[in-house]
Amino acid sequence: MARAPHPQEVHAPVWWWRARFRRPASPGDWVFQTIALLAALSLVGLLVAMTLYLLNAAWPAVTRFGLGFLTSSTWDPVQEVFGALPAVYGTLLTSAIAMLVAIPVSLGVAIFLAELAPPWLRAPASFLVEMLAAIPSVVLGLWGLFVMVPVIRDPVERWLGSSLGFLPLFQGPPFGVGFLAGGLILAIMALPIITAVARDTLAAVPSSQREAMLALGATRWEAISRAVLPYARSGIVAAGILGLGRALGETMAVTMVIGNGYQVTARLFAPGNTMASKIATEFNEASGDLYIGSLVELALVLFAITLMVNVVGRLLVRWTVAKARVGGQ
Amino acid sequence: MVMQEERTMEPQTTPGPATRGIVVQKLNAWYGPLQALRDVSLTILPNRVTSVIGPSGCGKSTFIRCLNRMHEVVPGARVQGKVLLDGEDIYAPGVDPVRVRRRVGMVFQRPNPFPTMSVFDNVAAGLRLNGLRRPGQMSDAVERALQQAALWDEVKDKLKQSGSALSGGQQQRLCIARALAVQPEVLLMDEPCSALDPVATSRIEDLVRALKERYTIVIVTHNMQQAARVSDMTAFLLMGDDRAGELIEYGQTRQMFTNPRDERTEAYITGRFG
Ligand SMILES: Nc1ncnc2c1ncn2[C@@H]1O[C@H](COP(=O)(O)OP(=O)(O)OP(=O)(O)O)[C@@H](O)[C@H]1O
Ligand SMILES: [Mg+2]
Repeated sequence: MARAPHPQEVHAPVWWWRARFRRPASPGDWVFQTIALLAALSLVGLLVAMTLYLLNAAWPAVTRFGLGFLTSSTWDPVQEVFGALPAVYGTLLTSAIAMLVAIPVSLGVAIFLAELAPPWLRAPASFLVEMLAAIPSVVLGLWGLFVMVPVIRDPVERWLGSSLGFLPLFQGPPFGVGFLAGGLILAIMALPIITAVARDTLAAVPSSQREAMLALGATRWEAISRAVLPYARSGIVAAGILGLGRALGETMAVTMVIGNGYQVTARLFAPGNTMASKIATEFNEASGDLYIGSLVELALVLFAITLMVNVVGRLLVRWTVAKARVGGQ
Repeated sequence: MVMQEERTMEPQTTPGPATRGIVVQKLNAWYGPLQALRDVSLTILPNRVTSVIGPSGCGKSTFIRCLNRMHEVVPGARVQGKVLLDGEDIYAPGVDPVRVRRRVGMVFQRPNPFPTMSVFDNVAAGLRLNGLRRPGQMSDAVERALQQAALWDEVKDKLKQSGSALSGGQQQRLCIARALAVQPEVLLMDEPCSALDPVATSRIEDLVRALKERYTIVIVTHNMQQAARVSDMTAFLLMGDDRAGELIEYGQTRQMFTNPRDERTEAYITGRFG
């Protein structure tokens, strides 16, 4: 009797396709599977089409400036000379400030929520943190402009300038709006996701790990810092990367508090721009293929960076979850 | 070895306060509203192996977790009664559970090495908590603990590998080494062989017999033969009507397995129940 080929002897995608489509269990299944597949394919198609469209729109700028687009600091619509460096720099700097502030705070909150808070407080406190993510960006931006920026200008920047003014970071006039304000707004926006992911990773650490350390004579804090945090470390890194992905692409709130400058400077109090805020401020008035093309190229650069960060973040999360399942007895 | 001939069934004949060993008096334990132990009183002798047997869910794990104050780590768990460790009540107000746990080590039912640490660091974890920093002392102590746990020969070439890269039986011995490294006075072992094959089991049993020279050992086991092979004293727990565990019989293992006083003990040991 002829032996049917073992499924795995068939080339994998073919096998996949046949397993699903060659002999459908019922016509209904077949229709449903086809619709689902088409929906999934159309998403991919949309992504590809969007990228192609952006590339096409950016093409005048790409051909005109080449790689120099990324290294030039001039942005002159009148002379039609465009360089992205200050915007790229602004995005990276504000995101770095945001991570520097948000990661320790989120980690502290996550440890509190997962390990220390009394059970009755956990759900409401987690809810509050997650509510922070529900505040519309523009509302947060308004709050930032009218409440946070004045506070940053007066006690914060004045104090930093007078006590740490020997560092280039804290030199220059305290504008209030600027890289620092932008970074802090981004920190607030990245906080909920970092906290939520970190809390979930910490909560997924098996209690046997905590107990193992406690039984050796560890204090509560030692058990957290030596058993729980190391066990959860890759999940915590992933949480940070997801937060970074959020910070990099954020537009509205940051546009409102970053001060619309265009410079590469170490001075955190100086007004600047991010890629997203530059696009948001100027797309309305842009005219001419080169100007529009430059803004679109900026968008492509931002897209590439956030895509990379998100892919790495998601891979890390998946890897962590898989590891937690295997190791989590 | 000379067995003590005292009638250990009567824990009320409490030895004086300076006596070594563990004296448990009227121990009650709860998980939230559920009472898991009721009025357990017994005296655990120093440098002896005491086994705790009984059907699943009768409170064996709960009992030994009360001996090093690990019970209270479970949210909502509560303890009442006295546990005198060398005459000092570990539940007295002001006693730091961290200090108790340094004196009373524990090996859990399932091997739980720290997966992010190397084999070496796993064993060193407790020593580091105690502030031991000198590298030379550290590696001596780690080697000694691994030797005692009969694991040294198998891992001496992979001390830098992850603790979770070992086999299940090796992981359990790693956890034993980790507990031994801090040189506790008492070692609590919760079914240390439940996940092991017969070879690894017999190695751990040899280990337990060797360790009692220096440690007081309490071992929970489901395996009657194992209790008979390794222990000097045996405690038999059984669930009461409300599912709270009670001490049915406590005495010398030899006597308990040949001539139990309580018919429920006999029924359990002969496998007619539970
Ligand atoms: N973390 C917990 N929360 C609530 N109840 C618990 C918890 N751990 C144990 N219990 C309950 O306490 C009782 C005693 O449990 P324990 O783990 O001490 O039993 P055991 O004798 O060790 O059983 P086994 O032989 O199956 O390990 C059981 O009824 C169990 O359901
Ligand atoms: Mg148990």
